[in-house]
Amino acid sequence: MTTLSRQPADPVVGQPIPHESATLHVTGAALYTDDLSVRTHGVLHAHPVQAPHAHAHVTRLDPTAALTVPGVVRVLTAADVPGVNDAGVKHDEPLFPSEVMFFGHAVCWVLADTLEAARLGALAVEVDYEPLPSIVGVREAIEAGSFQGGQPRLERGAVDDAFVAADHVFSGELDLAGQEHFYLETHCSLAHVDEGGQVFVQSSTQHPTETQQIVAHVLGLASHAVTVQCLRMGGGFGGKEMQPHGYAAVAALGAVLTGRPVRLRLTRTQDLTMTGKRHGFHAQWRAAFDGDGRIQALDATLTSDGGWSLDLSEPVLARALCHVDNAYWIPHLRVDGRIALTHKTSQTAFRGFGGPQGMLVIEDVLGRCAPLLGIDPVELRRRNFYTAGQETPYGQVVRHPERAVACWDQVRTTGELAERSVAIAAFNASHEHTKRAVAVTPVKFGISFNFTAFNQAGALVHVYKDGSVLITHGGTEMGQGLHTKMLQVAATSLAVPLSLVRLAPTRTDKVPNTSATAASSGADLNGAAVKDACEQILDRLRAVAAARLGVPGEDVRFEDGHARAAAEAPGASAASGASGASGEAEVAWADLVSEAYYQRVQLWAAGFYRTEGLHWDSTTMHGSPFKYYSYGAAAAEVEVDGFTGAYRLRRVDIVHDVGDSLSPLVDVGQVEGGFVQGAGWLTLEDLRWDDSTGSSRGRLATASASTYKLPSFSEMPEVFNVALLERATEDGVVYGSKAVGEPPLMLAISVREALRQAAAAFGPAGTQVDLASPATPEAVFWAVQQARGAGQPPHTVAVVREGSEGVGVAPERADPDGHPLRPHSEQVAAGRGD
Amino acid sequence: MTPGQRLSVTVNGTERGLAGTDPATNALDWLRGQGLTGAKEGCAEGECGACAVLVARPDGGSGTEWTAVNACLVPAASLDGQEVVTAEGLGTPDHLHPVQHEMAVRGGSQCGYCTPGFVCSMAAEYYRADRQDDTARVGSDAHESGPNGFRLGALSGNLCRCTGYRPIRDAAFALASPAADDVLALRRSDAPRPPVGTRLSGDTGTYARAADLDEALDLLTDHPDAVVVAGSTDWGVDVSLRGARARFVIGIDRLPELRRVEVGDDAVEIGAALTLTELERELAGRIPLLDQVFPQFASRLIRNGATLGGNVGTASPIGDLPPALLALEAVVVLASPDGDRQVPLADYWTGYRQSVRRPDELIRAVRIPLPLSPTTAFHKIAKRRYDDISSVAVAVALDVVDGSVRRARIGLGGVAATPVRALATEAALEGRAWTTSTVQAAAEVMRGEGTPLDDHRASAAYRSAVLGTSLLRVLADEQPERRVDA
Repeated sequence: MTTLSRQPADPVVGQPIPHESATLHVTGAALYTDDLSVRTHGVLHAHPVQAPHAHAHVTRLDPTAALTVPGVVRVLTAADVPGVNDAGVKHDEPLFPSEVMFFGHAVCWVLADTLEAARLGALAVEVDYEPLPSIVGVREAIEAGSFQGGQPRLERGAVDDAFVAADHVFSGELDLAGQEHFYLETHCSLAHVDEGGQVFVQSSTQHPTETQQIVAHVLGLASHAVTVQCLRMGGGFGGKEMQPHGYAAVAALGAVLTGRPVRLRLTRTQDLTMTGKRHGFHAQWRAAFDGDGRIQALDATLTSDGGWSLDLSEPVLARALCHVDNAYWIPHLRVDGRIALTHKTSQTAFRGFGGPQGMLVIEDVLGRCAPLLGIDPVELRRRNFYTAGQETPYGQVVRHPERAVACWDQVRTTGELAERSVAIAAFNASHEHTKRAVAVTPVKFGISFNFTAFNQAGALVHVYKDGSVLITHGGTEMGQGLHTKMLQVAATSLAVPLSLVRLAPTRTDKVPNTSATAASSGADLNGAAVKDACEQILDRLRAVAAARLGVPGEDVRFEDGHARAAAEAPGASAASGASGASGEAEVAWADLVSEAYYQRVQLWAAGFYRTEGLHWDSTTMHGSPFKYYSYGAAAAEVEVDGFTGAYRLRRVDIVHDVGDSLSPLVDVGQVEGGFVQGAGWLTLEDLRWDDSTGSSRGRLATASASTYKLPSFSEMPEVFNVALLERATEDGVVYGSKAVGEPPLMLAISVREALRQAAAAFGPAGTQVDLASPATPEAVFWAVQQARGAGQPPHTVAVVREGSEGVGVAPERADPDGHPLRPHSEQVAAGRGD
Repeated sequence: MTPGQRLSVTVNGTERGLAGTDPATNALDWLRGQGLTGAKEGCAEGECGACAVLVARPDGGSGTEWTAVNACLVPAASLDGQEVVTAEGLGTPDHLHPVQHEMAVRGGSQCGYCTPGFVCSMAAEYYRADRQDDTARVGSDAHESGPNGFRLGALSGNLCRCTGYRPIRDAAFALASPAADDVLALRRSDAPRPPVGTRLSGDTGTYARAADLDEALDLLTDHPDAVVVAGSTDWGVDVSLRGARARFVIGIDRLPELRRVEVGDDAVEIGAALTLTELERELAGRIPLLDQVFPQFASRLIRNGATLGGNVGTASPIGDLPPALLALEAVVVLASPDGDRQVPLADYWTGYRQSVRRPDELIRAVRIPLPLSPTTAFHKIAKRRYDDISSVAVAVALDVVDGSVRRARIGLGGVAATPVRALATEAALEGRAWTTSTVQAAAEVMRGEGTPLDDHRASAAYRSAVLGTSLLRVLADEQPERRVDA
């Protein structure tokens, strides 16, 4: 085992401690960026002027009237930008646009003494627009050929031949929805100018370094003149990876131009209408199976809805393509990816980063084809799992595929699947209007940034003369417990009590050139960097301790807040704390540190880490982009009401692989929270954009908390059992742990599949249903109707068995009153598909 | 109100003046401006609960109930003279309140932003006087009630995006009883401070709270364009989200004449300014149809502010109470300087957010005629079970005598510009045998009631479909399916 992954005896990592800020959270004492503004004197408030068109030229912008509103101090426009008028890293996101690219695009910002004055000032700004044709839906974009960025292809094997040789061939389409992050804390920045023109921006950002870069280039400054700090975020989920930069830049620009602190905090509706979301996708697929239900080939085209700018759409698409296999061996595969350019918010990172969308495609394929193949979906999925030695379609060997099996077997056992399946069948037989189902789905998720350069991290560890320790690292805290884990890593590495270690907020002047806290990699990367810094310090202290203990340096052991001689050291007795002939039994940490100071030993260190062994060619879509895979399995049971399609999540069992958990309370929280967030994406959260031809075309119709519904307490599984896979040490990762942030989200696909099966249970045995995404009660209602033989659900496209019904004959938007369910007899495996 | 009297709110035991506060400023912004930044803005429309704080309110008897409300919705001025407790006032990092302790040690917070609001909602339930008397619930909702009597519905107005809620539930269910020396628990045995007359003027206008009904009616006569506000759960959203500002706001939520329930021989008369929470307590199961509505009406935080009069008065087509009140054939009692007049609810609304109420009138009460129909049902169709707005709401009240429908009253929400009666469906049921064939025929009629819209909540086709299935569901619930152990 590598030294990075080896744990000492009695480590602080692995202890189930609460979040490091828990007592601050519960008492309201924890500070978020906007809490700082009421503690800052003379703050100006920023308010946007949002365009009421999906696509338009700005033909005139006159702020004169706004400047007469009492309290208004300044209106920021493109003419004020001393540097580059751009808020993105792809240089396609003008901060002050002359062309409106989505409904609600901010064309200028008003600064005023109060938020009310800024709001009234924004209403007074006169803007003339020349409306332009717009594209709102991804299907519209496909028809119009409106794309942006690269169009990668992931390919392996002889796909066309495999379709010819297969026993069964099916084809279908899937429209899968996007998702709003709905971090409870909206975007917020507070900027002021220090002496000497130094700009200081407090920002709710997952990527302080990039926020710093964008602020600097908008202001025309070097990076060393801009410092960005993030105390903590009230949730991020990927939504604060790229999106904060422009808002930070507006606040910083205002501060530079007025000399006063500027606060820019989006209201919920501004945040919903201006910031990016999870990409919705359109997927078109053909799948080939052999007579035993083994997938032979998949040929698919995935088109993501990128919104108006490129943002992170390319890496999101790459990850979607790299996860279309999920946990399944697909010998022959060809998947094309495209990014639609639409007049919507710029879709961006969101927990899973394309992985969920890719995975949903294959799970939808399996869920829809299982009844057509006449195979139980649990068996169909299990039969297709990767086995040892197999490679993914992009050429990476799948390490530890047996862990997917272990999770799967354990969840089926602890979840009492066999017994419950019998009970469910009995329930369904005796209930005409209510049906239940349980579904099991696996997760295999690759960990590391696909873009190799991002897989590096830094940390700064200070040991003060009194022995107290202060750590800073490049990662940001958004609730995921990263800081808690880093404190545990530092205490473990230094072998001191947790109470000796404090953590300072993330700042770009402490640790530079950081990567975003994203891709679930925060603890892997920063933890290794913290550990590196701690070990550098211990190495220096070792010499000091050796002299005191009278043993050679290599025999000094740090444990329990002391330096002691190793028991097997020359001259040491077997008793704990034995010393060399001339030395002390042990040296307490504080004494050792104090002595080291007087000996002029450096008591701080900068740590660094980069993930080795990664390579990725984004042109050929080939390589080994991931350090390892995270595995998990979930079993979800639902109950569906046939009158309305309403449902409840009766029970969820999860077994998830986090390696040797750094912090079990944190990790279980990530698994549970990710699962419920994923269930929200797949069932409840319903982004609706006005795609009419009226004046509000392109407007987000669900632009507030009353219209965009997150899971509440009523969506929590009634029984919720989460277990972390045991004996799961991950070699080569800090203290044997694994990343946890994103993978559990995809366990929620089990809920969607259970809903599909419960809807099917309203029809005869073997019924196949097409379920729209999100599976709202209405969508489930139409699926129930389909199962009952009343037609195909709207917003879905039927699976077609090729060779029996022809290819691509399904209507794009089916009439719920027409198109009867295909006859049961066709579901019998009927020999060669074509 | 005495001119020159100092307007103030007692927050966490300290009196804080309201001078200089604009009447449009909500309690959340005011508290944060005071440096009490524990309460957060997550949505500014009473949906997320991150701003929840505790207010000392009457407990229905002679004591106080710590009542959680959304600070983002209520005008700061409306808290004049009252006592408020925030998360900061419950405990400190070194001296955690029991609710805070359970939340902290069980992983109840991740990002922490929603947490102070959760803590306040949880504390309100912690201090609910009859919590420990709640017997263990059985049936499908058993998982929503803890062994300590804690009802999860108390947290229905709080959203958390991080945890998935399980550790918050565990924290809630682990709470013991308040200690004998718990100051907030002891405070419950004394009455809350009485409402005071308030007048606060600022740049945008004036907030005035009348001391009694006569003064309120005088104010309304003097300011016929005034906005009348009780719980502010609707007006507060207009102010925060839509920039609405009123020259004159009249607060009526504490008017004693509007806060009574009177049970007579021929009607139950319900005061318009009782909150939904108070109403549920006061009615104590007397009107079973309303008992089906209450748990589905928004969230506990909203029910602690929203009133019967407000739900009728906003004339929204998607209010939750109106369909039920229509099925109950309720009558609106309007008060004016000329005296009371009564208007059947079915005649009250005249169009989208329009009614027959004259500018000088207040809704004083709603009368529910007696006797009640014995068979009632309320079906709210929405995406989310807790705290959502209905796509369609259906309330049914039936008199089935000797197997035949003697009387049918059906109220519908979400199918027209106002809540409506399903008159054609009622006719298709009345006088016929209560059988599957009757109900199926009536369900077909019901499908055609109103003119449902296609919008972001639901399609017109779905709305029509579930109107029909709603009657079938009433029939099915009357004839329960054979149950098996599962």
